[in-house]
Amino acid sequence: MSEITPERVAHLAMLARIALTDDEIEKLTGELGAIVDSVAKVQEVATPEVAATSHPIPLTGGMRPDVPGQTLTTEQALAGAPDHDGSRFRVTAILGEEQ
Amino acid sequence: MSAADLTRTTAADLAHRLSTGEVSSVEVTQAHLDRIAAVDGDVHAFLHVSENALETARQVDADRAAGVALPELAGVPIAIKDVLCTIDMPSTSGSKILEGWIPPYDATVVARLRAARMVPLGKTNMDEFAMGSSTEHSAYGPTKNPWDLERIPGGSGGGSAAAVAAFEAPVALGSDTGGSIRQPGAVTGTVGVKPTYGGVSRYGAIALASSLDQVGPVSRTVLDAALVHDVIGGHDPRDATSIPDQWPSMAEAARRGLTGDVLKGIRVGVVKELEGEGFQSGVKQRYHETLDLLAAAGAEIVEVSCPHFEYAVAAYYLILPAEASSNLAKFDSVRFGMRANVTGTVEDVMAATREAGFGPEVKRRIILGTYALSAGYYDAYYGSAQKVRTLIQQDFDAAFEKADILVSPSAPTTAFKFGEKLEDPLAMYLNDVTTIPANLAGVPGMGLPMGLAPEDGLPTGLQLMAPARHDARLYEAGAAIEQLLEGNWGHSLWSQAPELGANGLATALGSNGGAR
Repeated sequence: MSEITPERVAHLAMLARIALTDDEIEKLTGELGAIVDSVAKVQEVATPEVAATSHPIPLTGGMRPDVPGQTLTTEQALAGAPDHDGSRFRVTAILGEEQ
Repeated sequence: MSAADLTRTTAADLAHRLSTGEVSSVEVTQAHLDRIAAVDGDVHAFLHVSENALETARQVDADRAAGVALPELAGVPIAIKDVLCTIDMPSTSGSKILEGWIPPYDATVVARLRAARMVPLGKTNMDEFAMGSSTEHSAYGPTKNPWDLERIPGGSGGGSAAAVAAFEAPVALGSDTGGSIRQPGAVTGTVGVKPTYGGVSRYGAIALASSLDQVGPVSRTVLDAALVHDVIGGHDPRDATSIPDQWPSMAEAARRGLTGDVLKGIRVGVVKELEGEGFQSGVKQRYHETLDLLAAAGAEIVEVSCPHFEYAVAAYYLILPAEASSNLAKFDSVRFGMRANVTGTVEDVMAATREAGFGPEVKRRIILGTYALSAGYYDAYYGSAQKVRTLIQQDFDAAFEKADILVSPSAPTTAFKFGEKLEDPLAMYLNDVTTIPANLAGVPGMGLPMGLAPEDGLPTGLQLMAPARHDARLYEAGAAIEQLLEGNWGHSLWSQAPELGANGLATALGSNGGAR
């Protein structure tokens, strides 16, 4: 059986920055437990001598010439922002009071 | 010709009629907008219909009248999956968190459609961030299958497939991470292609799992898919995973398939592991009839074994959530998209926004991916899944020693009813058992109509797979197989699609329920 507990789901939700409700945590604990038990099947054949593949088509390079490219203007970059001051994104406090 | 006729033909035929001046792009575009207005209330394939379509068409007509040399598909309308950024239309990826977001740039594939002077009709519905096989995970409500409005159109690209199946667009763009083009194709009786990984640019495609995602064409015929593939494919310096090779014309390959004797002697590898348990009887029946037809046409049918494919779904549901949890970190309530109206620190606002903006499947996969990547579990889960990926590539390599193309059903069943698998994520994940191996290995895959299942009269699909970089082989063989099947039925599958009435009920055309 997997080690998915409500406490672990709550911790993962904190890491993923999603403010899950208690009901969601409870539901996800059951669902993720079943999913993790199922996908753990990969361990049956993933023996030490098998190399890992991270990218389906190996490519090398991928660097473009070091010349200025076409980039977004400040106005374009801010156009979809929930809040901004015309030149910067505006957010609430970065640090809480206890920090 | 009548407006209805303009929606019930192929992109290739429309391109020809446009080039001869028999019809204008405005007429063709208006016919499709009228069709959308008539049926999309029932089908719900579109999240947004472009206000610029007629003006774009008018400009193509004006240039044609002025004698400007135009690309082959100039003036042909196309629908665009909402996962792709469009500078003139909202791009939501089916998520509340991006509601109303208009990107400051076009995806490369969209820019190429515009350069080819195609006419974007609008944006099509999808499961949120392409996570799903039914469109039931769209934040904007599901798309209905035009063959039976009580059934799912497949997913995640159910909107693009349904738009094409319901004659709302001749062709569309989709994206395929684990089958999101091919599985909707199977259940809606349409054609869809996942190109070789890196064959089509991902720049401006809102990322789900970056090592698996590919953009590809959706259509009613193999040739139409090839024509669109030629427009969108090829190297893009803005995508570091884009293959720099020159590609042959897919349309030429499809035309060779339609005119030549390409099936004689072709080695068709039947993947032993992709049938049997879990496959609907009518899907298996149409599949074996198709293999018999291929043999009769001179193809050499060989059985191949890919023993690690049974681990593909498990590996996929580790790799995809891991990559997705990283890709979706960008929805931080700061730079674009929604921000929840709460007080607190920026992290409090971020967490509240992601709670309110993401649907249940997205949360499920982000949490799963965060788990798979966390310290102490990485090697056991993500690392093991990457090893399975190697084993699956080796299975493909061995199979392509024996066969020129591999085949399987595109989906294990016909379209299921809404709600049937919604509460059972593992059952939903098994819809993609046939399509996931190609994404893990990066090889190209095509889905095309294989007839209607006798027990329910719903479409089934045939999947073809080729070695990486050999997409043209799919188009050549796919066009020939499509012609062989249509010759056997006496008509195309899509010509048998039910009429969609103003009352919202699909009624079957003809008495035999379509292709038998």
